[in-house]
Amino acid sequence: MTNNNPYLPFASDILDVIKHTEKEYTFRMAFKGDVKPGQFFEVSIPKYGEAPISVSGIGDGYIDLTIRKVGRVTNEVFERYKGQSLLLRGPYGNGFDVDLYRNGEVVVVAGGTGVSPVRGVIQALSQMPDATDKYVIAGFKSPADMLFKDDLKEWEKKLKLTLTVDGAPEGYTGNIGLVTKFIEGLPLKNPAEAKAVVVGPPPMMKFTIIELKKKGFKDSNITVSHERKMCCGLGKCGHCRVNDTYICLDGPVFNYEFAKNFVD
Amino acid sequence: MGYVLSREAFAAVIADLSKNYRIFAPVRKEGAGRFTDVDAVIYDYVCDSEKIELEAKSDYASKEFLTPLSETLLYFTENEVKESDLDTRPVLVFGRSCDINSLKRLDQIYLDNGLAKDPFYKRRRDLVKYVLIGCGHSYDNCFCVSMESNKCDDGYVFSIDLVEDNIQSNVPDKDFDKYFAQHCNDKKDVAPRYVKENEVKVAVPDSVPLSVITDALWDEYTTRCINCGRCNYVCPTCTCYTMQDVFYSDNGKVGERRRVGASCMVDGYTDVAGGGQYRRKNGERMRFKVLHKISDFKKRFGYHMCVGCGRCDDICPEYISFSNIIGKVYQASKEVK
Repeated sequence: MTNNNPYLPFASDILDVIKHTEKEYTFRMAFKGDVKPGQFFEVSIPKYGEAPISVSGIGDGYIDLTIRKVGRVTNEVFERYKGQSLLLRGPYGNGFDVDLYRNGEVVVVAGGTGVSPVRGVIQALSQMPDATDKYVIAGFKSPADMLFKDDLKEWEKKLKLTLTVDGAPEGYTGNIGLVTKFIEGLPLKNPAEAKAVVVGPPPMMKFTIIELKKKGFKDSNITVSHERKMCCGLGKCGHCRVNDTYICLDGPVFNYEFAKNFVD
Repeated sequence: MGYVLSREAFAAVIADLSKNYRIFAPVRKEGAGRFTDVDAVIYDYVCDSEKIELEAKSDYASKEFLTPLSETLLYFTENEVKESDLDTRPVLVFGRSCDINSLKRLDQIYLDNGLAKDPFYKRRRDLVKYVLIGCGHSYDNCFCVSMESNKCDDGYVFSIDLVEDNIQSNVPDKDFDKYFAQHCNDKKDVAPRYVKENEVKVAVPDSVPLSVITDALWDEYTTRCINCGRCNYVCPTCTCYTMQDVFYSDNGKVGERRRVGASCMVDGYTDVAGGGQYRRKNGERMRFKVLHKISDFKKRFGYHMCVGCGRCDDICPEYISFSNIIGKVYQASKEVK
């Protein structure tokens, strides 16, 4: 049975650990194989459990996993250092099709750790020859909670980045407010044909989509990525099912035209 | 072809079979039921035919061999991950038509949903053959006729019907004929009995409109249901599980990964890191469960998940009737059209 048992994790070396905040680190993990932004791995720590983590970066011989220290498994991940290894299973899920966003106006709205799954999409947008019609609205709880600070600086040079925080200490000079506040003012030429990607906590996604639709976006031009509890990533454990859809198999990335019918 | 056997001859057949097979069958546990002086009929391994409960419907479903409530998948030692071992002796599972019809549903999820076949399920599935216990009459809460699982034409190696203190067995599997031929000369053409009409009948809507999915009819269950999850644990078609890692308290370096039965009615089923939760209300959970059984599974795979065994109704401490809910959904769906 050992051959091809999908529940058996493989060891992956920790090549680097990048600290964003006290509770959020990116673990750069050795991996060779096809991966797309928006796909996820099960980080599998013997005796502690497994947690589905989105791929936040893909490079030659590695993947990045940006992990927030919030539970039994992730607490244990934070005990591991560069030079050690983690056990992984995956990649799972469909991921984003970056080619969809090559032409025309694109708006990516991401909140908090929701930036991780779309980081690969934003990177691709920023590397396009003309990224002047690509917009990114990234929101974090506070200036101290910002992820990918170096990336944000790079992206700012290439595309139209709006960086905002829900709240900040006195004296903060950047944008303050929820991501939804900045949609109305986007200087889009043709919102009816523009594409959007929305990833973040469920309430943020809900209200962002309301704003996008007010702006004139079509449901079929909006892409969302969903988060659910997943114990297997293989379509067996049942936890991630919504209606007749398995988020782990059919998603986590969906066209909103389809995903708007999800009833939890 | 089949046989009519005395109880003694049947006992000899089971004794012979148990030399080659582990027999997993419904047995009566005296006083183990939900109320004082009430028995429970649950699954266990038996060698003696007298122990097998042929009359009462089992409280729990026969799926427990294929999907045990708790099963160790992997063992962890310091640097090693090892798959658990399994007793590889073949198994005969005794079940009714609803149980045998539920197999297709279990296989659908564990073997055919997604690209990967579940190896821990498959290794158990490969060991099992089924024995059909015929139903001479319908039981409390059964609605198998409505769900078209009152009968099984194949999928069993032999059948058993207790008729007037004789055992009638239809033996479609030639490999099992020898066990009967040895102890019985009375070869007869017998067919397993099956239920042609239940007292409980349900009409299942062809499709459930969105307005019914979000209808107030589910609110009743927010207060009535106590989200104990018993309906899931007794259901022959519920397949959900949760991974559970443990380490041994006397040696923290060693541990194991188990999967344990999960219930979509119980707290924690949807918990995500950081405190997120979906379907907090019991009414929402009821809707999620019911619509899976009679609508969502069918949308994905083309047939209903529910087999109409009624065990969920038998076990519910709040006397919530699943078949009743199907009726309400049918009515509400019809009104929309």
